[in-house]
Amino acid sequence: MPHSPQFASVDDVTARLRATGYLADEATATTVFLADRLGKPLLVEGPAGVGKTELAKAVAAATGAELVRLQCYEGIDEARALYEWNYRKQLLRLQIGADREWDEVQGDIFGEEFLLARPLLSAIRRDGATVLLVDETDKADVEVEGLLLEVLGDFQVTIPELGTIAAVRRPFTVLTSNATRELSEALKRRCLYLYLDYPSAERELEIVLTRVPEAPAALAEQIVRAVRTLRTLELKKAPSIAETLDWVRTLLALGADTLDEATALRTLGVVVKYATDAEKAAGSLGLN
Amino acid sequence: MTAGLLGRVVDFAHALRAAAVPVSSAEEIDAARVLAAVDLTDRDQLREGLAAAMVKRAAHRRAFDVLFDLWFPAAVGEPTVLPASVPDGAPDGAPDGSPGDPDALRDALRGRLRALLLDADDEALRHFAREAVALLGRTDQPGRQSWFTYRVLRRLSPETLVASLLDALLAGERGGFAEKLARTTVEERLAAFREHVDAEVRRRVAEERGAEQVGKHSVPPLVDQVDFLRATRDDLAALRRTVHPLARRLATRLAARRRHGKTGRLDVRRTVRASLATGGVPIVTHHRPRRPHKPQLVVLTDVSGSTAGFAHFTLLLTTALREQFSKVRAFAFIDTCDEVTRLLGPGIELADGVSRMAREADLVWFDGHSDYGHAFEVFAERWPDAVGPDTSLLILGDARNNYRSPGLPTLRRLVGAARHAYWLNPEPARHWGSGDSLAPVYGEVLPMVECRNAAQLTRFVAELLPD
Repeated sequence: MPHSPQFASVDDVTARLRATGYLADEATATTVFLADRLGKPLLVEGPAGVGKTELAKAVAAATGAELVRLQCYEGIDEARALYEWNYRKQLLRLQIGADREWDEVQGDIFGEEFLLARPLLSAIRRDGATVLLVDETDKADVEVEGLLLEVLGDFQVTIPELGTIAAVRRPFTVLTSNATRELSEALKRRCLYLYLDYPSAERELEIVLTRVPEAPAALAEQIVRAVRTLRTLELKKAPSIAETLDWVRTLLALGADTLDEATALRTLGVVVKYATDAEKAAGSLGLN
Repeated sequence: MTAGLLGRVVDFAHALRAAAVPVSSAEEIDAARVLAAVDLTDRDQLREGLAAAMVKRAAHRRAFDVLFDLWFPAAVGEPTVLPASVPDGAPDGAPDGSPGDPDALRDALRGRLRALLLDADDEALRHFAREAVALLGRTDQPGRQSWFTYRVLRRLSPETLVASLLDALLAGERGGFAEKLARTTVEERLAAFREHVDAEVRRRVAEERGAEQVGKHSVPPLVDQVDFLRATRDDLAALRRTVHPLARRLATRLAARRRHGKTGRLDVRRTVRASLATGGVPIVTHHRPRRPHKPQLVVLTDVSGSTAGFAHFTLLLTTALREQFSKVRAFAFIDTCDEVTRLLGPGIELADGVSRMAREADLVWFDGHSDYGHAFEVFAERWPDAVGPDTSLLILGDARNNYRSPGLPTLRRLVGAARHAYWLNPEPARHWGSGDSLAPVYGEVLPMVECRNAAQLTRFVAELLPD
């Protein structure tokens, strides 16, 4: 299977992701580069809202590839992830050709025409550049992981009636997980692993200034610092990058140019989503 | 030792395995392919590349970083002290560790540390840590010399810089919200400095004694392997952070399994209706959703001094499991028993709950030493309807009864009445039955499981706890 790397070097990854508006740190850039160079799937784990899904989208944008997304959920199965026979159409076909020989019809109804390709199969069959995003892998059941093993290990799918379909071109594969359960060792072994944590203060400030360019730097810095303080508390839900951005936008909309006690207390609901968390946050930030 | 860079990586993989980070041969091969792909002159790239191939769990990353610094040190030998970095007014602050005037050197170093902490330049801070270790970290005892973190930190005492750093960051305005924020920043940087000093000390020791030797001792145990009974305060804090997501994970797992059991009875109406679309042939059968079985959970915890650390975590887990089980009732005992459910409800901070439990609950009857027999009797007598055919009973304790009556008939009755019963024991199984331990006796009445750390707790809930 031909495999043509898309990135020339780690710096190339950083630069091209930055051009799409995604600021990657050294770890992220290196891992993306290696996943591309070695042709291995990339498993990204980390807390909610640190940009795991964004990373896949940014890679797709940077390489001009099409993004094929498989959103996992509890109870997802082969028919939703891989392929399904369009049995209604098959039935119609059988009824129309009721007087024909079985052998003839059989070869007919198990053809490409009656196959409904789901994300995994369509990603493998595409001949253009493809980024396959398997989102929230941890939500899927253990059986689906078994399915992913064949697809991600050899980039091929076996359909009993049609035979084995191998990838024309190896897709750049990203799996994301919030680590609500441990994925199987076998799956992890086949992937490169990246733990995406909350960014450093400098990087988060940069992200805020890129995404909300109209925000004054002093305000942005104050907010980043406040959010970092909130993350050190043991909250039920720690504020994510998206919530930092929301907070900045909220304060801009209110016309505040600094974050003082009163504004912070008034707008705390933007970043802290539980009543007990809000109390704890207000207490340890010295707001009341 | 194998020669060359590839050999170094193989040795490194061995060291990782010795530190309980599982690295398979497939992952070792990936690591070798990484070597060929990354820019070897860039140490960060090498570090992240190897981590991507060899470390597959976030909890293992710290062990990896410590060992990486030992196996692939950033530099060897003495740090280069640039002429400009020798502070003014520190006469002959010679880098060989024998400064002319120790106090002047100390003050000058503290001054530089303060400036660096304000600057937030991590690279410069790292370089400074290396110099500081070279100047202050060595002991020259006759016969052997070594390097120590505490010598550096005691001489520099960076925590005494906090007040002056806060003043500088806040431009004089102290107090309130702004100070809280500045304090986080300062503490983050101080922690980074301590980490750099630690890493440099390990590197210097490793140069003298070999990386294998140092690696064996300097990797902290993984959080989920820390023994509940021996956990230090720092371990406890780290464990608390681990147990919460762990509990959520266990809860989702239980929920998923329950929802995904076999589907229920055939729903004839829906099946017939759906078959109309396929000309009356019932191709797809529809089933009624299964009525979820919501079991009740009764937790009976020994909170006497010997198992207190353990009880803390199981109670935390109990709180998290409340959402899954329709009824969780928590009981605590020392030598008598009281219900503590109301102290552990959702929205209540566990720390508050535990301290209120000590204050408000009636747990001591005679002398404050564990008495399982009496506790079981009181439990059965005061809450006769707590354990029924829908109930899972979970007993947590070390089964050390101070040679008192075991109360076996009562326990048998309780276990008989419950749907399931398990005993989690925080002691190593090899100590069961020694001294005043009644573990083998109780173990005949209900299954007893060793549960010394978070990993074992996870295994228990995932594998043993029935639907």
